[in-house]
Amino acid sequence: MMYRSQTDSREKLLQEINEVSFAVDDILLYLDTHPCCEKALAYYREHAERRKKLMKEYAECYGPLTIDDAIETDGNTWKWIEQPFPWEKEGGCR
Amino acid sequence: MWNYEKRLQYPVNIKTPNAKIAQYIMSQYGGPDGEIGASMRYLSQRFSMPNRMAAAVLNDVGTEELAHLEMVSTIVHQLTRDLSMEEIEKSGFGPYYIDHTVGIWPQAAGGIPFNACEFQSKGDPITDLFENLAAEQKARATYDNILRVVRDIPEIADPIRFLRAREVVHFQRFGEALRSVQEQLDAKNFYAFNPSFDCPCEASCKKE
Repeated sequence: MMYRSQTDSREKLLQEINEVSFAVDDILLYLDTHPCCEKALAYYREHAERRKKLMKEYAECYGPLTIDDAIETDGNTWKWIEQPFPWEKEGGCR
Repeated sequence: MWNYEKRLQYPVNIKTPNAKIAQYIMSQYGGPDGEIGASMRYLSQRFSMPNRMAAAVLNDVGTEELAHLEMVSTIVHQLTRDLSMEEIEKSGFGPYYIDHTVGIWPQAAGGIPFNACEFQSKGDPITDLFENLAAEQKARATYDNILRVVRDIPEIADPIRFLRAREVVHFQRFGEALRSVQEQLDAKNFYAFNPSFDCPCEASCKKE
C-alpha cells in the first residue's frame, strides 16, 4: 500500500482526481451526442481508467471519496464518516 | 439513482467572508436562473424525450447541475461563515440572517424564494429543449453579471468562471439533442404537434 501522510500530497492527489474526473464529465456529455466518435471513446477510456486508479489510490491512502471505495480501507472503523465534506474549512468542522 | 462523491466538481476555497457578495451569488443556487432550477428542469423533462440521445443529455446535464448547486451553495456557505454581526448589519445581509442565520436556503438575490415555476416541464420535447437552450444562456448571463462584481477576487471569480464555461458546453449539447429530435420528425411540420404525446401519429411522423 502506498503511504502518503502530508496534507499537500493529499491535496495534490485530490486535484488530480478532480482534473481527470472533469475530463470524464465533459467527454461523457460529448459522447451522448456523438456516440460513434472513436477519438472521444479512446479519450473516455484513457481518463476513466486513470480516474478509477486514482480513486482507489486515494481510498487506500486517505479514505474513500465514494461508497464503492470504502471497501479499499483497512481497520474496524467506518472510514466514510471520517472523510471531510468538501465545503469544510481545513482542519475544522465548518 | 445517484452516487455521492465527497468532493466538489471544481474546488472552492474562499477564505474571506463577504456577506454582500454571498447575497448576490445565492441567486445561482435558488434564483430564477439558478442551479436548482436547472437540475430539476432537466431531471423532470427527461421522461418525455422521444429518443435516447435527448434523454441522455437531459439526464447527464441534470446530474452535473446537482454538482453545480453544491458548488454554489459551498461558495455561499464559505462567504458567510465567520461573519461578524457588524458586517451582517452593514452589508444588507440582515433580512436573510433573521430568517436563516447563515444556513443555506434557496432564494433569489432579491429574496424571492425558489419555487418550481422557475422552470417548465411541458411534456413536449421541442418546447422543452428550446427552454433549456434559453435557460443555459440566462444562467451564463447571470454568471457574467456576477463576474463583473467579483472580477478582482480570484478565490470567488475562479469557480464562477468554471460554472459559466459549463453553461456554454451545455447549450451546445442541448442544441445537438434538439437536432436529434428534429431529425426524427417531418421537416415540414416540426412545431405543429407534440411528438411525445401525439406519436405514434399518422399525420406528421417521418416513417422509418
